[in-house]
Amino acid sequence: MTSTSMQVDHGSLEPSLGSTLSANEVCAWFGDHYVLDRITLEMPSKTVTALIGPSGCGKSTFLRILNRMHELVPSAALAGTVLLDGTDIYGPESRATLTRQRIGMVFQKPNPFPAMSIYDNVLSGLRLAGIREDEPELFVEHCLSRAGLWKEVKNRLDAAGGGLSGGQQQRLCIARSLAVRPDVLLMDEPCSALDPTSTARIEETIDELRDEVTIVIVTHNMQQAQRVSQQSAFFLAEENEPGRIVEAGATEQIFGDPVDERTANYVRGRFG
Amino acid sequence: MSVSIKPAPTHSSASGGGSADLGREPNKVKPRSFRASDASALFGSMLAAAALVWLLFGVLLPVDNTAMASLAWMATFLLTYRFALKHTEGVLVARDRVMAVVVGALAAIVLAALTSIVIFVTVRGIKYLSTTFFTQTMEFTGPVDPSTEGGIAHALVGTLQQILLATLISVPLGVLTAVYLNEVGGRFSRSVRMFVNAMSGVPSIVAGLFIFATMNVGLGWSFSGFQAALALSILMLPTVTRTSEEILRLVPGGLREASLALGSTEWRSTWQVVLPTAKTGIVTAVILGVARVIGETAPLFMTAGGSPVMNANPFEGAQESLPLYIFRQVKQFSNEQTIPRGFAAALVLLVLVLVLFVTARAIARPKVERTGRKWRRRPRRSRTRGHRAGTSLASGTARGRRGAHRKPRLRRPSQRGAQRSTANPTSTEEEAL
Repeated sequence: MTSTSMQVDHGSLEPSLGSTLSANEVCAWFGDHYVLDRITLEMPSKTVTALIGPSGCGKSTFLRILNRMHELVPSAALAGTVLLDGTDIYGPESRATLTRQRIGMVFQKPNPFPAMSIYDNVLSGLRLAGIREDEPELFVEHCLSRAGLWKEVKNRLDAAGGGLSGGQQQRLCIARSLAVRPDVLLMDEPCSALDPTSTARIEETIDELRDEVTIVIVTHNMQQAQRVSQQSAFFLAEENEPGRIVEAGATEQIFGDPVDERTANYVRGRFG
Repeated sequence: MSVSIKPAPTHSSASGGGSADLGREPNKVKPRSFRASDASALFGSMLAAAALVWLLFGVLLPVDNTAMASLAWMATFLLTYRFALKHTEGVLVARDRVMAVVVGALAAIVLAALTSIVIFVTVRGIKYLSTTFFTQTMEFTGPVDPSTEGGIAHALVGTLQQILLATLISVPLGVLTAVYLNEVGGRFSRSVRMFVNAMSGVPSIVAGLFIFATMNVGLGWSFSGFQAALALSILMLPTVTRTSEEILRLVPGGLREASLALGSTEWRSTWQVVLPTAKTGIVTAVILGVARVIGETAPLFMTAGGSPVMNANPFEGAQESLPLYIFRQVKQFSNEQTIPRGFAAALVLLVLVLVLFVTARAIARPKVERTGRKWRRRPRRSRTRGHRAGTSLASGTARGRRGAHRKPRLRRPSQRGAQRSTANPTSTEEEAL
């Protein structure tokens, strides 16, 4: 059964090859605290965009604005527009739940649902969204394979997700996000709690997914940003100032020949 | 008091120690901070205090009061103990030891009180427990009939029905209130929480009176088990709500975020992620709520009314319950024939409550064990994998629900699947933290 299912054409299961996400003049507040100042950034399809910068400069806030998780904080407010393939996700037509289905998110801490098995975790996104899957078993295999976890868990799909190692849990979370067939996948320091081997495995996964899903990743690991991303944006918040993008561009250029002196200092590890 | 004074290592190794058969085994020493001199100080002080109290109460004073004597003995003992230790060990150690004795003694008193209740009721009630006691009612048994006649069938049925109805009313309400307080929030949550806390202070007789005033006097209904259930659910509600709220608060926020980030609505994420994660805790909340009201007597007088006859319809007519039965037999009729029946019924009630608490503890246990199990799980896991090597995709996902469950206590394979879903929900958050 396993061997035959490998040969099944997954064409119908593929997502729409990624979408372009672009932020225009995005500002953010928590209460009266101004945390992000006019961020403009285009995140094209088939590209991994890395957001780098010291802690507290608004990278995560920006990421959460991109799939409307920002508004879950009661005091949060924002300005500007975020366009997903040309449609404003904050527009009057848009619904937060549908937006989040199209723009998935992987968190810093692996958070598989503890009351569900590995199998149910993968399908949880669909169930939560009320979507029915015709061939769930095949679909679970497909999602786990894309997240690079299938081989390790195929014999214990009904084990609890919490029993996996940290790296496996994180890949399970990636599989869970992919199951909703997002066009964009946001990753908020997905490897910061993992060991180097798991990190390498997840970076591999990111690389494999790049052609299918637009990926935006926040990372504190400069080497990781260089390894996985094609485009980088350096965020910085000066003292008592909101976070701004100091410099954005091709990863090679940001790390090899940065224009701004602060970027050069940061990527070469001289501060932050 | 476990005072074991080990001989010095050299001595016991020379003589072979206690384990002569395993002569070559290295000599085990358990390091203890409690030494021989400590034991002598403790027992010496006890003896000295006993001698002094005997002198005072047995010889000098013309009073014969055991309670006063034991109190005096305790006080004298503590004083003697303190002074003895102060000389040899210093003030700090003396204080420490005295406090240890005081705390231990208080714990022993509480334990003694609890066990004596259980023993007292058991001793007085167990003789009259018989099959007929569980099958008969009091319909044809009067106050002067012998204790062996009559039974609690009607009271047992009444109690179970009333508790079941009260649970059915208060658990959905309580859990939903907890969901409101913890998941929804909003501007009323503070006042709702305050009302719930205030409700837990409502005396049970007032709850009964309220139902009596509204249902009996107001609507003109007669006594019924349903009214009793309403009164009991007023008392259960705050317990269920507060416990569930505490449990929901333990569910990590990351899970809510994760499910919202998948595009779920808040209600679906509460229903499919938060509540299943908290399932064990909510079961505990329900059992605590039941235990809270199962022994209530006062509100039942005005609602269930009580009756010597079997009434299996909780919606019509007066109904008996175990607490009412006990009261009637012991206090109302109060003669040599009825009192034993009351004690036997009290024993049944006690067993019912104990069973509930044990169930609650058993269900809540995984949370206590979660740190230790993390390490023990590895070999289990690999063994499971070995068993299932070669399992095909189809059977692996055939929802057979076998495989690695997370409760080490369960051994019967047939129970695994069912139990696994209730297995420890919070272990991953611990690991993640």
